[in-house]
Amino acid sequence: MFFVQYSIFKMNGTTIIFYLLAALTLVSGFLSVTTRQIFRAAIYLLFSLIGIAGIYFWLNYQFIAAVQIVVYVGGIVVLIIFSIFLTQQAGELLPKQQIGRKIFAALAAFCGFALTMVQVWKHSFTKSTGDAVEATVTNIGAQMLSVDDNGYALPFEVVSVLLLAAMIGCIVIALRDKKIMNTEQGTPNKEV
Amino acid sequence: MMQPGLYHLLFISAALFFIGVYGFLTRRNLITMLMSVELILNSVNLNFIAFNKYVWPQRLDGVFFTVFVIAIAAAEAAVAIAIIINLYRSHQSIDVENAEELKY
Repeated sequence: MFFVQYSIFKMNGTTIIFYLLAALTLVSGFLSVTTRQIFRAAIYLLFSLIGIAGIYFWLNYQFIAAVQIVVYVGGIVVLIIFSIFLTQQAGELLPKQQIGRKIFAALAAFCGFALTMVQVWKHSFTKSTGDAVEATVTNIGAQMLSVDDNGYALPFEVVSVLLLAAMIGCIVIALRDKKIMNTEQGTPNKEV
Repeated sequence: MMQPGLYHLLFISAALFFIGVYGFLTRRNLITMLMSVELILNSVNLNFIAFNKYVWPQRLDGVFFTVFVIAIAAAEAAVAIAIIINLYRSHQSIDVENAEELKY
């Protein structure tokens, strides 16, 4: 009797954790796109990404959750906050949007959501039979670097080239043009 | 309460996707539009992981797609922020309404 109660309690515990993570993700995601203070939008985005990482932990995909936290929470959100510091005046609110644009955007989003959910509920997914592969770091690493039929060595290399290209592109774009720099400092360049 | 399963994850994923779409359509500041794009990409990742867990558990393809999407999202965010900072230098504003011309 006690054991049954305990198992029910345990199931409810994981369920409650799932719903808490889902609520954290959706509520902070919604606040992130509606708040008029841009810094708060970045912080709400941070909590939304943490909620998604929690859902990955809940699903037992620890490696993906760790990558999510390292890349998104530790990398992209920090980058966004830096760019907010570089481009925004402190304490300035974002301008109010036209009400018509808001209404039509909400309508479009709601219609798309309703359409998607109707399709999802009508479709029944059949789970494939077979032994489940644990998403451990060993399995993921062995398959990612293998050159067999199921290996992902080629996409891995292509993504590394893409990251290199993006890095060089960032440097080239963000480099200051000499002409612009001189006019910004108020001393027009005599030689040009 | 129902035991959460595939449909719950798909609900979260679709809701997050359309929250991102709403933000992308209403926002006019480039940084907030970039945040909306990040939300959309995250909802796609969640979808891949959910299908990998509940529909096709004997392969790890969803995990690899998620890893590659995260890598490409990082590259995209870095390039976008470089462009935004460059735009701020030339226009003193990162509102899309003020960035109408391709080259000035």
